[in-house]
Amino acid sequence: MAGPLHIRTPLGRVLGRGAAKSGTEHFWRQRLTAVANVPLTIAAIAILITLLGRNQAAVAQILGSPAVAIVMLLFVASIITHMRIGMAVIIEDYVHDDSVKLTLLMANTFFAIAVGLASVYGILKLSFGL
Amino acid sequence: MMADTHSLEHTALDQNAAAERPLSPHLQIYRPMLTMMMSIVHRITGFGNYFGVLLLAWWLNAAASPGAYARFQWFASSWIGRLILFGYTWSVIHHMLGGIRHLIWDTGRGFGPKEREWLAAANLIASITITIVLWLFIMLTMGVA
Repeated sequence: MAGPLHIRTPLGRVLGRGAAKSGTEHFWRQRLTAVANVPLTIAAIAILITLLGRNQAAVAQILGSPAVAIVMLLFVASIITHMRIGMAVIIEDYVHDDSVKLTLLMANTFFAIAVGLASVYGILKLSFGL
Repeated sequence: MMADTHSLEHTALDQNAAAERPLSPHLQIYRPMLTMMMSIVHRITGFGNYFGVLLLAWWLNAAASPGAYARFQWFASSWIGRLILFGYTWSVIHHMLGGIRHLIWDTGRGFGPKEREWLAAANLIASITITIVLWLFIMLTMGVA
């Protein structure tokens, strides 16, 4: 065999830029948010349970209080990031038509950002009493 | 193979399909196994949790006004609302425990034949138990809040 073994594509060798260094970005972020999701989800469920029997004024006051609001904001940020990556994987696994796939991947990002920002808005509104 | 690798791959795949070469075994060839079912359920619960976030956004935004909160409570206390919230509770807890199982696997542990069966069974039993205990606790303490 002539020359050293390599796994670079011809295009990769011509461009000579080395590894993209972003190949494991989603893999890593999915695990990072998975780890964060565990305590944050338990905290969110605990907050929810303490609020169940209360009226709207009490719910608004407790949800808007700094510690609770910050926990809920972290919870929203973490689950939204996690679910966006997860849905992208599902789409990439099952949708093989390029235009449909790209449309769904875009819709996924739009949905995640819209629901995430709406949730954040709801929490901040209670905190700052807008 | 230089410039347009992607379309070349597609052509190769199309030719394979046309030639009807034997494919590697897929789902229908296997007897259903617990670990396999749990893998599918992990994906389905993740898919469900994705849309369940709409309820979270609704609840957080409804909390600002008495009228909006009354509408949310009306939904949450209706039988269909209860059913959705009960399912969502199980789905979130099941996916969370399944995620912990995946994190254990990420460390290289828990792949043995006994361990993986045990983990899968524990995941399912724990998610159902925790969901029921949580709902019993809520209904008993809040008087069906």
